[in-house]
Amino acid sequence: MAMADDTFEEMERRLRAALAPVDPPVHLQRKLEDTLDSIVELAADELEAWELKAIKDPRNWPRAAVGPAAAVVVGSGAAVGLVVLRTQRKRHKRRAAAKGVRDLAARTLGDAAREAKKVFDELAPDR
Amino acid sequence: MATAPDKAKLDADFSELYKAHLKDVYSYAYYRVGNHHDAEDLTEQTFLQAYRHFARAQQESQGRPLRPWLIRIAHNLAANYYRDRSRRPQTNIDDAGSLSTPHTTEGLVQDRDDLARILRGVQQLPDDRREALIMRFALGMDNREIARALDRTDGATKVLLHRAIRQLEDIVQADSNGDG
Repeated sequence: MAMADDTFEEMERRLRAALAPVDPPVHLQRKLEDTLDSIVELAADELEAWELKAIKDPRNWPRAAVGPAAAVVVGSGAAVGLVVLRTQRKRHKRRAAAKGVRDLAARTLGDAAREAKKVFDELAPDR
Repeated sequence: MATAPDKAKLDADFSELYKAHLKDVYSYAYYRVGNHHDAEDLTEQTFLQAYRHFARAQQESQGRPLRPWLIRIAHNLAANYYRDRSRRPQTNIDDAGSLSTPHTTEGLVQDRDDLARILRGVQQLPDDRREALIMRFALGMDNREIARALDRTDGATKVLLHRAIRQLEDIVQADSNGDG
């Protein structure tokens, strides 16, 4: 019995040596990462579209940027359009600088908040 | 349907899964199909398919590791690969994983012969036994993970592995006798 166990363990040892893990070739890693990046880029497009939809709703973004009072002032269609337009202008720079989809989302919202504040300051300079 | 932020989180999680298990999937694919070219193809297809079904898999896994699910995808794709091409796997020992460091030239030759015999033996095993051995020894999966990948019970997997090793011993022994 002990002899059989020894043989079994020896075979396990040989199997571990024979079936050693194999490193994927570097070119495969690059190819796969490029493919996944392309998919993520598509996701980024969707994300940006979703964010802009959210930004267009004055109940969402002015609170984050400048507080509830701004919603009343900047809640007009023209002001919303201005924030969206200004935020959109920077999208290429944002994409180039973003380290990933989540980073891109954070940068987009940050830009939108800054632009909303600017619009609010322009429309209500004496608040 | 997932909202955009959900999708971003999903992509980040998938990226983690990819980084953690690329080597596992590639090793599995390599020992399963026996050459680097097809192993690369199988690895790429596995991750693309995994990406398509990742949201559901993550939801259904309830926090359990996703490696068995990933290997199961590779397993199913490999099965299709053989069905399409009607051929058995082949392994070139020269391309196989690293050998243990030998001390002499004679030791190197003996080691390589031994590893070649083991790999030939593995390829002669029935599919389920061969797969279980690859998962255990190339990927280091435990019985529970292998059971999930092969859709078996833990007990049945333990028996499968035991029988695979016993059968391999017989095959390798017969091969050695034939060589001698």
